[in-house]
Amino acid sequence: MSCIEQMKYDLLLERVSFREAKEFIEKNSDEVYYVDPGYKIFKDYYIIGVPPIPIGAKEGELLFTYVKPCHGTFVMKIRSEEEIQRLRDREKERVMASLKKGLKAEVSASEKPVDYRSVFK
Amino acid sequence: MAEEAPKRVLLMMGCPEVPVQMSIVLYLSYKLTKAGLDVTVAGTDAATKLLKVSDTDRYYVKNSVDLDQCLADIIEKKTDFDICFAFMHSDAGMAFAATVSAISKAKLYAVIFGRNAEALADTIEFNCEKIVAKAVHNPTPLKNKIDKVIAELVS
Repeated sequence: MSCIEQMKYDLLLERVSFREAKEFIEKNSDEVYYVDPGYKIFKDYYIIGVPPIPIGAKEGELLFTYVKPCHGTFVMKIRSEEEIQRLRDREKERVMASLKKGLKAEVSASEKPVDYRSVFK
Repeated sequence: MAEEAPKRVLLMMGCPEVPVQMSIVLYLSYKLTKAGLDVTVAGTDAATKLLKVSDTDRYYVKNSVDLDQCLADIIEKKTDFDICFAFMHSDAGMAFAATVSAISKAKLYAVIFGRNAEALADTIEFNCEKIVAKAVHNPTPLKNKIDKVIAELVS
């Protein structure tokens, strides 16, 4: 049993398809972050599902999918500023990394060797 | 020269409510083990209990593990497999198979059965080989398709 089942949670949707759960999180969150299957939240819960998997944040609460083989997909809500902050930090790192990559590509394009004949024209 | 280690195969069971699943898991485990592959069966608590009662002396299945623990071990890179058969008859089973597709390097076979097998197979968007049969109580249509895959794997 995951630690999540022992935490204080609210069930927002029960026994739905994974697609329905995704759409619910996307429509009912103030912030939405996308993770791959295997992203860990809380102490020991690895997110299961079809990527990209949305995790929502709304008023200090985390909205996420919880899949059980015999019961389908649930959308759970747990208060956790720490997990929301971790998602924000992760997103920030991703954006910074992609900006750096973009800058690097731009620099290397400008550093392209020039033809001397065109310089001394 | 050192002998090559046998290929590691994971049979990932879904919810055990459709009868053909257990019969095909036992059959596939037996066939692949007999062919020299190292087979592990993962399932929920209920599915694993059904398996252990059906195969008391571990004649067909040598290794069984808890499904959540198995996925956690793959994610944490403590283990992995060369081949995975993901059994599914519902949307939840498909979500588990999609997870394996993302976290493991295993060649993935999606074994899709039950009354809505074809419709479920159409919703799969990840990379896998589909084995589809509208089988609920009679395992033969699924067994016939599985036999072809076994022949390819052990040839």
